[in-house]
Amino acid sequence: MEAMKVLLRNPRREVDVPGPLSVHTLLNRLELQRETVLVIRGDTLVPGDATLADDDVVEIRPVISGGAT
Amino acid sequence: VKCTVCRGPAVIDVRRHNANFCGAHFLRLCRDQVAKAIRDHEMLTPDERALVAVSGGKDSLAVWDILVELGYQADGLYVGLGIGEYSDASGEAARAFASQRGLHLVEIDLPAEHGFDIPTGSRAARRAPCSACGLSKRHLFDDAARRGGYDVVVTGHNLDDEAAVLFGNVLRWQTEYLGRQHPVLPARDGFPRKVKPLVRLGEREMAAYCVLRGIDYIVEECPMAAGNRHLGYKEALNAVEATSPGTKHDFYFGFLSRAADRFAGEAAAEREHLGACDRCGAPTPNDVCAFCRLAERAAGAQPVVLGEKPSS
Repeated sequence: MEAMKVLLRNPRREVDVPGPLSVHTLLNRLELQRETVLVIRGDTLVPGDATLADDDVVEIRPVISGGAT
Repeated sequence: VKCTVCRGPAVIDVRRHNANFCGAHFLRLCRDQVAKAIRDHEMLTPDERALVAVSGGKDSLAVWDILVELGYQADGLYVGLGIGEYSDASGEAARAFASQRGLHLVEIDLPAEHGFDIPTGSRAARRAPCSACGLSKRHLFDDAARRGGYDVVVTGHNLDDEAAVLFGNVLRWQTEYLGRQHPVLPARDGFPRKVKPLVRLGEREMAAYCVLRGIDYIVEECPMAAGNRHLGYKEALNAVEATSPGTKHDFYFGFLSRAADRFAGEAAAEREHLGACDRCGAPTPNDVCAFCRLAERAAGAQPVVLGEKPSS
């Protein structure tokens, strides 16, 4: 069965998720808060209501960084 | 979803503004917010020379990029902290950014020039790594700005950083720190002015800015920061923000407009007794500054290898 490739970071890993589904649904399924990540397809951002297809390759990039200073 | 400004296809939502933006209008929003922060807080002028503290991460590269776009004179300063592969990769990101844009990057290597790295220094001084790192960077930024004749040091602290620091300071009622928490620290007694032009922008926005501008920043988190208290505060605030967008902004800017002045006296009292460090001449309330004490304790200490347990 075909499924989209989802790259996650910290630690770096890849998971297969069957599509189609919206970005919001994908983040909910992975239990990620939308304010803490960006979803990137190719070299551009994908908004929350966009539909991701089985042949998509997307990166979910965390945006929280932080030393304490 | 459509761009709130032009009705074209949006690429990002900014929930605290209840708005969506296409790429072009999002980049304009970021520049406008930085310009407003600079104007509102009188951070710097176009005829001043700014030194941007660059880590290779999204915030510092974005603020450098925006300042140059807005026409400010901005050089970068990268400090190699000796944190294994993380430092190697972050230095490469900073150098690549500068060379692609023809910008000047000043470099300082902590192990080569001061004889210790952060993992070793923090263990030898029994300080948390982020604490040893922070004090080293502040010292080296100030020193580089003085030597280079810069008017102002720029850091990439964003709204999430400032709200998390404020949250931590309020939880423990650290009134002296509350008195100093402002987007501008004026120059004084040998310290250059320090400014934070990203205080009106969140870290998701800064990451999005970098993606849209094609800025290749280091995404990996510092291995020494994992699990620190600051990240816990950010998580707590994000949990509130998820159900109540705009809370972080109101918390931080409400503090600046309605509460910060009440703590200013405590910070001023702390500032009164500064002399020169016996070793390096930097301003300090003690005979020897905190950085020189850290370097002294790290000298001759067993080097820490990342990933290995201390033998103690």
